[in-house]
Amino acid sequence: MNADFTADELAFQQQVRDFLENEFPADIREKIDSNVNLSKDDIIRWQKILNKQGWMAPNWPVEYGGTGWTPTQKYIFNQEMGRVGAPEPVPFGVKMVAPVLLTYGTEEQKQRFLPDILESNAWWCQGYSEPNSGSDLASLKTAAVRDGDHYVVNGTKTWNTLGQFADWIFCLVRTDSTVKKQEGISFLLIDMKSPGITVNPIYLMDGSPEVNEIVFDNVRVPVENLIGEENKGWTYAKVLLTHERTGMGRVPYTSRRIGELKTAAAARADGEGGSLLDDPIFAQKVAEVEIDLLALEYAELRTLAAVAVGKAPGPESSILKIVGTEVAQQVDELFLEVAGYDALPFVPQQFQPDFAGEPIGQGSLASASLHYLNHRKATIYGGSNEIQKNIICKAVLGL
Amino acid sequence: MDFSFTDEQQMLQDSVQKFVRENYDFDTRREILAGEKGYSEDYWNLFAELGWLTVPFSEEDGGFGASAVDLMVMMEELGKGIVVEPFVATAVMAGGLVSGLGSADQKADLIAKIMSGEVQLACAISEPESRYNLASVSTSATQQGATFTLKGSKVAVLNGGCADSLLVVARTSGDQLDRDGISVFMVDASAEGVTRQSYRNIDGHTAANIRFDNVQVASDQMLGDAGQALSVLEKVIDIATVAVAAEALGALDSLLQKTVEYSKTRKQFGVPIGTFQALQHRMADMFIECQLARSIVLMAAMKLDSSASDTEKAKAVAAAKSRLGKAIIQVSQEAVQLHGGIGITEELDVAHFFKRVTAIETLFGNTDFHTRRFASL
Repeated sequence: MNADFTADELAFQQQVRDFLENEFPADIREKIDSNVNLSKDDIIRWQKILNKQGWMAPNWPVEYGGTGWTPTQKYIFNQEMGRVGAPEPVPFGVKMVAPVLLTYGTEEQKQRFLPDILESNAWWCQGYSEPNSGSDLASLKTAAVRDGDHYVVNGTKTWNTLGQFADWIFCLVRTDSTVKKQEGISFLLIDMKSPGITVNPIYLMDGSPEVNEIVFDNVRVPVENLIGEENKGWTYAKVLLTHERTGMGRVPYTSRRIGELKTAAAARADGEGGSLLDDPIFAQKVAEVEIDLLALEYAELRTLAAVAVGKAPGPESSILKIVGTEVAQQVDELFLEVAGYDALPFVPQQFQPDFAGEPIGQGSLASASLHYLNHRKATIYGGSNEIQKNIICKAVLGL
Repeated sequence: MDFSFTDEQQMLQDSVQKFVRENYDFDTRREILAGEKGYSEDYWNLFAELGWLTVPFSEEDGGFGASAVDLMVMMEELGKGIVVEPFVATAVMAGGLVSGLGSADQKADLIAKIMSGEVQLACAISEPESRYNLASVSTSATQQGATFTLKGSKVAVLNGGCADSLLVVARTSGDQLDRDGISVFMVDASAEGVTRQSYRNIDGHTAANIRFDNVQVASDQMLGDAGQALSVLEKVIDIATVAVAAEALGALDSLLQKTVEYSKTRKQFGVPIGTFQALQHRMADMFIECQLARSIVLMAAMKLDSSASDTEKAKAVAAAKSRLGKAIIQVSQEAVQLHGGIGITEELDVAHFFKRVTAIETLFGNTDFHTRRFASL
């Protein structure tokens, strides 16, 4: 049993490091380091750079543009990207709808949609949650009624991330209300320019319009946009959930945040002539969270190691989302502590790319409270941590 | 041993509770925050008329009695509506410094103006390097004859943008961390050399960072004797700490209540989520935290009103702020989590209660600061 990378894996790691050193744009890196929001154009530009390298879609089959990497190489890639803070591609197209297309789509659908996803020429968003279907997603009611060559879609989706930028949306819609709820759901692709779609921004408590409510009012969708068979959509959506088990703990991201935290704490006056990091109590709290992250990292590696030798992910993989989000939130709290009075000002506009005024506070501490407020979502989204624990109880503990 | 309210306290509680219930719903609060000043002048005048602005002042100064328990009773009710009017900044903090340091003339003039509602004040205390240490002062006040020259930078000045006058903590002698040598000056907010960078806090309250570039103040603008202000400043901040702690009690109780109500009405999987025992126990835990917070804040308020020593009083406040901080983190985070996605939105009131108590956790020292303070006293 060993955790070492092979010589080939180390060479690959260096290759990724070199690529990031040379190709990760300095202006984007600068924005990320100063907590300035990336624009839609920034995100697309970076994704196109990844695609030029052939690294936009590591999980796709090679013949469609995937990299053919081993699980360990994928892990190394994610780790290196996280280390420098390089954003992963927006997941909705490349990591969420694409696997469903690749597994259940027709060749025509694959040809129609996959290239634009790969090249970031189409921005995708997700239409799952509804106001009355959060944790109980299968109870969704947005209906798609067959009318000749079209489905007519009516209903409301919510918590739609970045839909205001989107060209396409993949939706779970109800095509049969007479059967058990999971058995009446279809997977439908909808053009965001279709008449009858209204995108209403939802502002989160940090002031950002990150999510949307999307209203479908008699939206006509060609039947060619149905993936697979009618009423099998829930199965297809579940396949998505079993994809990409490693990386769910977001260890590189949190590790980077802890590094920033220590730097900030070392520079923060404690009011008594020293720095906050000199304070053994604070230093202990940081150590505790680092230790928690180390345990999480090895939980991830256990999953990786299993998958790397062709086994199924073990039971530890069900803890990754829970623990990953909780540790990340602990780091958010520690940042708040370091910030002290810098945690009070609410000036989100200073993190917009076009801000020209005088900043209040600087960098990671000025954004500490915005980040804390926004990131409360992490234990709620993606299957709330409560639902994740239900899954542990049912699927792992047999309760 | 009797923890019941006096008749006056009961009346005070009733009148503040009624005001919040009938005049300060969430939409009203939102409208007030959207206004330029960020608080309602009409409501401020109403507070004056109702006598609430007299609560922090002693009877000999013309006030209601300067009782910390009275203040706690009032602030808790304000906390249930997370009322944004700058009562703590103007009446408690500035009022406290004037009461504690001012000469008879200064007090006669300023206290009346505070109680009548005609003046807005702010205390410029914290500095970029000071964190929560009140003794850490590098803003300097250099005397030349009958004037002082103020030079330095202050941050997190509550109500700083709206204030007519600023009470500025500056050093007339000694090194940055010396307990001696700290003085307080009344400075006109529009005086030459005063630059204010105003903003809103995460809880909507107005605040400012303020620079003093060779601001000239007359020596009669100093409150009290030179270099002697720190122990009064510490006591005033302890009272202000109990005030915001009590406000947090009201806010946390509201968060618990809203969470319980939501869990009864929100259905998923065919049942109200409040029927899930796992969530019920978490709400019971929130209740326990609210009750312990209430108990320890009451202890601190009662201690401040007693004849206990200064050290015992300081220790009581440190204990309360420390323990409250833990309750704030747990109750506020659980309230958001149990509301699911809507708990994170700007539209629902839950996030605004969350933001106010999060700010209170930082105000006047966070949990760790006060835990350590308690241990050291």
